[in-house]
Amino acid sequence: MTQHLGKNIPTPTAGTQAYWDACHNHQLKIQCCADCQHYQFYPRIVCTQCMSEHLDWVEVSGQAQIVSYTVVARAVSKAYEMNVPYIVALVVLDEGPTMMTNIIDCSPEKVRVGMSVVVCFEDWTDEITIPKFRPTAP
Amino acid sequence: MNSLRGKIAIVGAADTEVGVIPHLSATELCVKAANLALKDAGISKDQIDGLITCNSMAEPYMYHAEAIAEYMQIFPKYCMAVATGGGSTFSILHHAATAIATGVCNTVLITMADSLRSGLSRDQAMAMQSATGHPQFETPYGLTVPAYYALIARAHMEKYGTTAEQMAAVAVSGRQYAELNPTAQMRTPITIEDVVNSRMIADPLHLLDCSLVSDGGSAVILTSAERAKDFPNHPVYVLGFGEGHSHEHISQARSLTTSSAVESGQRAYQMAGLGPSDIDVAQIYDCFTPVVLIELEDLGFCAKGEGGPFAASGATQLGGSLPMNTNGGLLSHCHPGNPGSMFALTEAVSQLRHTADQRQVSNAQVALVHGQGGIMSSHTTLILGRENS
Repeated sequence: MTQHLGKNIPTPTAGTQAYWDACHNHQLKIQCCADCQHYQFYPRIVCTQCMSEHLDWVEVSGQAQIVSYTVVARAVSKAYEMNVPYIVALVVLDEGPTMMTNIIDCSPEKVRVGMSVVVCFEDWTDEITIPKFRPTAP
Repeated sequence: MNSLRGKIAIVGAADTEVGVIPHLSATELCVKAANLALKDAGISKDQIDGLITCNSMAEPYMYHAEAIAEYMQIFPKYCMAVATGGGSTFSILHHAATAIATGVCNTVLITMADSLRSGLSRDQAMAMQSATGHPQFETPYGLTVPAYYALIARAHMEKYGTTAEQMAAVAVSGRQYAELNPTAQMRTPITIEDVVNSRMIADPLHLLDCSLVSDGGSAVILTSAERAKDFPNHPVYVLGFGEGHSHEHISQARSLTTSSAVESGQRAYQMAGLGPSDIDVAQIYDCFTPVVLIELEDLGFCAKGEGGPFAASGATQLGGSLPMNTNGGLLSHCHPGNPGSMFALTEAVSQLRHTADQRQVSNAQVALVHGQGGIMSSHTTLILGRENS
């Protein structure tokens, strides 16, 4: 885990702790509205569709498609330099919401918009695990 | 809704020197710009009763506008600092105009400056960049500011077939104007090949697709159209405003390829009673080249998806159908961060005063200025006229 020292490590809040706890257990959980069944990400205290405050945490499939991507050639900070070139992508989950992520286990030449990807997990510290995605097909 | 049309005028406008200005701090650049604008307007500081600034990254204050007022020893009755990135300038002009029209104050000074090139250490600049984005759901993935915009560029290429060469045409067009502008930071001629062969920063964005990092300040002075006739320079009238705000974080955007410039543009055109074909000269926010293509489409200067071919056609060059970013823009003139779009505003004023020297658009009567802040988050469109009717 020492290779992640100095990266932008998130600090969970009361409202996002359930998400990070699930990541710690290598599960991707997002909110689903108990009243209108709308899935949303990032976590909020209200449903963005109906403003209900009855939100359940639901484990999702982890299946997604790449909406857009970039290959970062100049790292954002020293801690990321060893990963250059790294792929940053927006992926849309099968359940609907979009997430920012990295695509790993994929060469920068192979990444494509529309590519099917699946969630995987990188343990950064004893508490924080970061969800990433890798191509579904090898 | 069209009650503000033609009621407010810009009566003073000025820029400091820009580029690498190590002998002036961000605060000093802000005050220098203010002083130059006061001289341009031919008034004393005591006539300013409204002051608007934006905070500086190099030399921030808890209450920035108050700090600038204190420095200049002016005592305004309307005073605030704003922070919506590149959209700040024009959205705040909207507020200032409303304040004048409703009698809150008479004469508003908007002055903005920063010292991103000389006033920040490398570590501070990196920390600033690292902090861009959602602290839990975006920044862990190591995005640079160009990387956020690269996501937009890639999506546009995928959807509309836009090419790297078409994006590069925006940078080349801006540089051609910068060659004619003695104050621009970068004046060496460049070609499409230079852009696409420059160092890759975040695929598909090359170094020359990215705007500059600069020091500089810029200021304008606004008053009512009735009072504007008493000032020494030809007044420039505000004909239309519009804003559109769609998100803060790009991962939450409704669309990567269509921006809320659609709404800001429609609102501004509606107030002005004008359309894209009435615009003689445009200043379109150009922090990265693909942003310009999307804004040109969303503001109605070409069909959706046609921004690339439009830029590549040479339409934005001097003598083209839509002369654009005539000072060289953020890509070649200067980009000191939040104040960046102020220079587009002062350039539009020069064009409408017919004082833009070699880069003057012949008989320019109507200018459109568009700013955006965040990652395509906040859009503001402003339409200015040489006449108020």
